[in-house]
Amino acid sequence: MSAKTLFDKIWDRHVVKTMPDGTALLYIDRHLVHEVTSPQAFEGLRLAGRSLRRPDLSFATMDHNVPTTSEDRMTIRDPISAAQVEALRANCREFGVNLYDLQSDHQGIVHIIGPEMGITLPGMTIVCGDSHTSTHGAFGTLAFGIGTSEVEHVLATQTLRQSRPKTFRVEFTGQLQPGVTSKDMILKLIGLIGTAGGTGYVIEYAGEAVRALSMEARMTICNMSIEGGARAGMIAPDDVTYDYIAAQDRPFAPKGADFDRAVEFWRTLPSDPDATFDRTLTIKADEIAPQVTWGTNPGMVVDVTERVPAPGEVPGASARDVEQALAYMGLTPGTPMTEIPLDTVFIGSCTNARIEDLRKIATIIKGRRKADSVRVIVVPGSQQVRKQAEREGIDRIFVDAGAEWRYAGCSMCLGMNPDQLKPGERCASTSNRNFEGRQGKGGRTHLVSPEMAAAALLEGHFVDIRNWQPAA
Amino acid sequence: MEPFTTHTGVIATLDRANVDTDQIIPKQFLKSIQRTGFGKSLFFDWRYGDDGKPNPDFELNQPEFEGASILVTRNNFGCGSSREHAVWAVAQYGFRAIVAPWQESLGSRVPGFADIFCNNCVKNGILTIELSESDVDQIFAVVNARKGIEAAIDLEAQTLTLKSDPEHVFSFEVNAVVKDHLLRGLDDIALTLAHEADITAFEQQHNTQLPT
Ligand code: SF4
Repeated sequence: MSAKTLFDKIWDRHVVKTMPDGTALLYIDRHLVHEVTSPQAFEGLRLAGRSLRRPDLSFATMDHNVPTTSEDRMTIRDPISAAQVEALRANCREFGVNLYDLQSDHQGIVHIIGPEMGITLPGMTIVCGDSHTSTHGAFGTLAFGIGTSEVEHVLATQTLRQSRPKTFRVEFTGQLQPGVTSKDMILKLIGLIGTAGGTGYVIEYAGEAVRALSMEARMTICNMSIEGGARAGMIAPDDVTYDYIAAQDRPFAPKGADFDRAVEFWRTLPSDPDATFDRTLTIKADEIAPQVTWGTNPGMVVDVTERVPAPGEVPGASARDVEQALAYMGLTPGTPMTEIPLDTVFIGSCTNARIEDLRKIATIIKGRRKADSVRVIVVPGSQQVRKQAEREGIDRIFVDAGAEWRYAGCSMCLGMNPDQLKPGERCASTSNRNFEGRQGKGGRTHLVSPEMAAAALLEGHFVDIRNWQPAA
Repeated sequence: MEPFTTHTGVIATLDRANVDTDQIIPKQFLKSIQRTGFGKSLFFDWRYGDDGKPNPDFELNQPEFEGASILVTRNNFGCGSSREHAVWAVAQYGFRAIVAPWQESLGSRVPGFADIFCNNCVKNGILTIELSESDVDQIFAVVNARKGIEAAIDLEAQTLTLKSDPEHVFSFEVNAVVKDHLLRGLDDIALTLAHEADITAFEQQHNTQLPT
């Protein structure tokens, strides 16, 4: 038998049949559902008189529309948001789907609660009507985002028709410098290949620097695969993965003898040593500096030690696109990245709002106050993360630093809820998209790692975290 | 789904690369639970000023582009979020086809459209056409010189004919599955359900949680 990649092994296990047109009918093990991309799919089922094939394999929560302050949370004031949340409730009731509703201890951003509850496990196929479904690939799963028509297809058939994507292996050699994170690794990659560089591929991240990462940090990398154009990113499972799954009560994870049997199978998943990929790229992890975006897509990124580029200086972007981005961002070429003053720091999103992210920030800001000029919003990725942080006293550290401590949701990652930037406001954000208007109309987003956001909230501007010490 | 066989219509150009789905249909319009009503919000933040009136500086608001049904733009159109609302907005505005260039980068061919967006287009009967950068440049030049010009698309023949004088014919590649799908306007779910017995048989030997 020929050598196979991690992707090949999972794909081949899930092909129900090859259709006459050459596409594969792929079986889907887990379907995650949220309120924004599902209502028209359920409506489609209703109109066609179809039911759910496997309601037991669908898991729903509300995250995008959810207000994150205690006053607003349960009674969503925006009537259109409230109607969308209510539609999810009604659809889950009618079709028998597991729902983690607002009062549930497990509510949160869909890509945070899947791994947290053991819904996400190695070797599976997972889809969701959300492009950041790539997050789950950190467990050695094939996970990708789909549109609403495909959501309806999965609900009705538990399968998808797919053409086989190409494979792309990205190896990070060496070790990261202190203060540099997996967020910087993925931003660096996107800066190199561009926001369309991975289109048509499934990326497998490998190498010493990837092996050294925690599960949370691996999820950050896989999460932003889509920002490089790749629908899915994957990392082979290893002991770090198995320890994460076994670590705490994850209601859907196998236990005891089942767990041991699962691990035995999971150990067969990593790519065979002689497996070949359609494309490969090697990046030296030890040369990666903290990354900060300056423009209006995640590929418009530089080292924190660099300056805002001028039109004509950006490989792969036309002078006109750079001019438009600079005008929108209100930036002058030549300005050092460390001299850009900030108005807001947003800590949250499915990229960086897990407990480890909050712990790292808390370590940096403990006993210190935010800069007077910035507003700081901290939004845990799930109610579980929020509770855990409160058990550890992390919420106090944030509040004492002058930050707002919120309930779980997508919040300011995309302004579908009350958390939004005002026109012209400049934000350091741990999220994944710096598109125009993403965080609020006219809002200006700079993507950074949680550690860089922590330093920025104390200083009111970016610093090179590698040679920075907070004032006592 | 409405089949796509041939289509003739006015070309509108949008000279921007990496147009993301947040620009195509901003977040506030994703709250709708309907499948219609998105056309008026297409490119909302670019298209309308703060006063809610059409922004005269936005390309698609030029009077010559009124009623356009073929959009010609730059690379990586539709990147970002998976929201199918973006395709509904494009379709309900009146576009039937979108043209964008593929590019050569780091030794590999980068598609003109983002993956999920492209899939969503197929499901809604919208044809995405990839041409070379020089072909797309040529269309931009012709349209700039003669706004309101039409093109005729023939999916079976895989050609786009620019109604310039003389006419210019561009050939394009299209995935055979996508082509068949669009030409026949197929309903995917019904097609798949015809294989229900295979899905049931697969389920009997496939444990969705643990290996069997
Ligand atoms: S946190 Fe942001 S990127 Fe993640 S699912 Fe929510 S809106 Fe999407």
